[in-house]
Amino acid sequence: MEKDELPRAMHDMGGVSKFMCDPVDTEPHALTDFDREVDAIRQLLGMRKVMSVDEMRRAIEAIPEDLYLRMSYYQRWMRSITDNMLVRGVFTEEELRAALEQVG
Amino acid sequence: MSDILETPSDRLLAAVRGLLVAKGVMTTDEIAERIRITDGGSPAQGAKMVAKAWTNPEYKALMLRDGTAAAEMLAIPMRGLPPLGVLEDTAEVHNLVVCTLCSCYPRAVLGYPPFWFKSAAYRARAVRDPRGLIGEWGTVLPEGVKLRVVDSTADYRWMVLPRRPEGTEGWSEEQLAAIVREGDMIGVTIPSIA
Amino acid sequence: MIAPVTLQPGTKVRVKLDWPETRGPCHIRTPHYVRGETGVVERHLGNFPNPEDLAFARPAEVKALYHVRFDPKPFWKEGVAPEELVIEIFEHWLEEAA
Repeated sequence: MEKDELPRAMHDMGGVSKFMCDPVDTEPHALTDFDREVDAIRQLLGMRKVMSVDEMRRAIEAIPEDLYLRMSYYQRWMRSITDNMLVRGVFTEEELRAALEQVG
Repeated sequence: MSDILETPSDRLLAAVRGLLVAKGVMTTDEIAERIRITDGGSPAQGAKMVAKAWTNPEYKALMLRDGTAAAEMLAIPMRGLPPLGVLEDTAEVHNLVVCTLCSCYPRAVLGYPPFWFKSAAYRARAVRDPRGLIGEWGTVLPEGVKLRVVDSTADYRWMVLPRRPEGTEGWSEEQLAAIVREGDMIGVTIPSIA
Repeated sequence: MIAPVTLQPGTKVRVKLDWPETRGPCHIRTPHYVRGETGVVERHLGNFPNPEDLAFARPAEVKALYHVRFDPKPFWKEGVAPEELVIEIFEHWLEEAA
C-alpha cells in the first residue's frame, strides 16, 4: 500500500507527499516574548511533574489538522498546556473563564 | 471545552499564567529565571564539544560513547534532560537529524530549535528527499558518501559530530569552535573555512 | 522492574503493522512510514517508561528502546530516500523477522 494511504495521524509527517514540494524557510526567526514564556512554563510544569512532555504532545496531536497547520509552534504549546491543566484539574474551566475575563 | 481552547493565545497565556501562580504551581520569578537559563543555551555549546572532539581523541571517544557525560565535562547542564547521542560523520557517512513526529532537538547543547527544524516541509522531506532538502542550504554531499538519516522519535536527543574541515591544522579549540554552526550539528550544512 | 534486553545488535526485526490511531485517543512514537517494514537492530539504547502511557498520566511500564536501521529506498516510489534511516523504536513495536 502507498504510504499516503495509511491511516496516519496528522502530526506524523515523515515522507508525506503533500509537503514534499514545500520549500524550507532556512532563515532564522527570532522567538517572541510569548514564545519564550510558553517554553519556560512548559519546562517548569515538566520539572514539577504537573505535565510530562508526552502529555503535552498528546494534546498537540489532538488539535484538528486545519487548526494545527494554521497555528504557530508555541500557540500549539499554549493550547496543549491549557488542555492538560484542565484535564489534570490544576484549575477548572470555570476558573479559567473567570481568569480570561479579568485579562480582558 | 474546545471553544475555550480556541481563545487567542496571548489571552490564554495571561490567564493560565495567573492561575498557575495563584495555585502555587510556579512564580513569575521562576518563569523569568527559566527564560534566562533557556536563553543562555546556544549552538556555541555544541560547537565547543565539536572543537574539543576534533583536537582530543579521548574526548571524542567519550562523546561518541556518552554524549551526556561529554557535555557535562564542559559544564553544560544535563541533569534531568534526555540522554544525548552523538552521530559521527566520516569520509563514508553523513548524518542528518530530524524529528518527523514533533520537533525533538538537542536543546541542551544547541539551544532553542530553529524555525526550519519545526516546519512540516523539513519533517516530511528529511526522510524521503534528504539530498534535495539539504540542497536548500546549498549543501551537496560528495559522490559516494552514504546519507544516514536519524529520525529522533523517542527518548534520545541527537547531534552530529561533523568532519573537521581541511586547512584547519594547528588551529586552537576556540578558533575551531567559531566555525561550527547550528546546521553543521544537525547535518543540513558542513563546516567550512571558506 | 528492569525490561529485559531481548534483541541483540544485528537481529532482523519487523515493525508491527498496527494502527492504534484508528481505535481511539493514543500517543504513538513509531512513525507511520516504518510500520510493517523490516530492519536491523543497531543497538539497545536503554530502558524508558512507555510514552504511550505517560501521555495519559497512566502508570508506565519500562520498555527497552532500540536503534533500528532500515533501507528506506523501497518505502516510497518517488523521491530519493537516504541510504540508511535509523529510528528509535520500543520493544513492543518489534518482532523478530525470519
